[in-house]
Amino acid sequence: MASKQITPTRMELTKTKRKLVTARRGHKLLKDKRDELMRQFLELVKENMALRQKVEAGILSANKNFVIAKAGMDEATLNTALMTPKQEVGLEVGEKNVMSVNIPVFETKTRTADANDIYSYGFAFTSSDLDGAVKSLADILPDMLKLAETEKACQLMAAEIEKTRRRVNALEHVTIPEAQATIKYITMKLDENERSSQIRLMKVKDMMLEEAHHYSERD
Amino acid sequence: MYKIAVLGDYDSIYGFATLGLDTFPVSTREEAAEKLARLASGGYGIIYITEALAAELKHEIGKYQEQITPAIIQIPGIAGNTGAGIAGVKKSVEVAVGSDILFSQE
Repeated sequence: MASKQITPTRMELTKTKRKLVTARRGHKLLKDKRDELMRQFLELVKENMALRQKVEAGILSANKNFVIAKAGMDEATLNTALMTPKQEVGLEVGEKNVMSVNIPVFETKTRTADANDIYSYGFAFTSSDLDGAVKSLADILPDMLKLAETEKACQLMAAEIEKTRRRVNALEHVTIPEAQATIKYITMKLDENERSSQIRLMKVKDMMLEEAHHYSERD
Repeated sequence: MYKIAVLGDYDSIYGFATLGLDTFPVSTREEAAEKLARLASGGYGIIYITEALAAELKHEIGKYQEQITPAIIQIPGIAGNTGAGIAGVKKSVEVAVGSDILFSQE
């Protein structure tokens, strides 16, 4: 497979051998990285799926509650009730390094001390359905945040796994075989050169002896 | 300090305002795309977006896929679950493994 132009010299041979060693080591390391990433990814993605199903079901039922609440009171009252939120959620974003992939860690801070302090209205003019609806939405908020964290981590890790897999394959199927072929080509060429110079020397020796002693004329 | 945004049609998202998330009701695609770009660069760590809207903004969302923030997460809207969120999870399995080996039987 010596498609490239290689000069068959000892220096080139040493260089290629060194390259092969590096490629083999890199291949092993990257393969380990891929396997470990894959293990962690599979764990995470299962969690992601479970969370997503939970959150989607939660939002669906919360939406139903809101529709019922909306039906029970006029729109103006509802809008007024929800106009000024009492609670505020801040987000602290940290980073965690998993096998050289940076994945986010979200931490939330609520403005008021009590996270359940969510009712931004007096209870006089609103229906009790609205309280239930708001509560049901508040209940799934922690899961939604967890979902955001795991889903983002899954996306980032998936991209990294794909990259690593490509590198592993490139080393395994291109770089390493190419180096091996080059090494074989150079060794054979060098051996051939050595044989050829040996023969040449023998031939020259024969000719010189012939010159000195005239063997062929004697028999 | 980052904030959390919710993007979608008004009926799907107005409830989130009570929880202290910032809601941004949008109705057209162009408006949503512009809003998304503004939110992404404006200190929002998580952006929840309704599945219906996300389907129209695939290209814009793809840009943020490889960044740590913002995390753009699809949620079902008032019209019901389109399954796009689940499909997203399956897709990331497909990218990583090559084929969906975990959830394909479901």
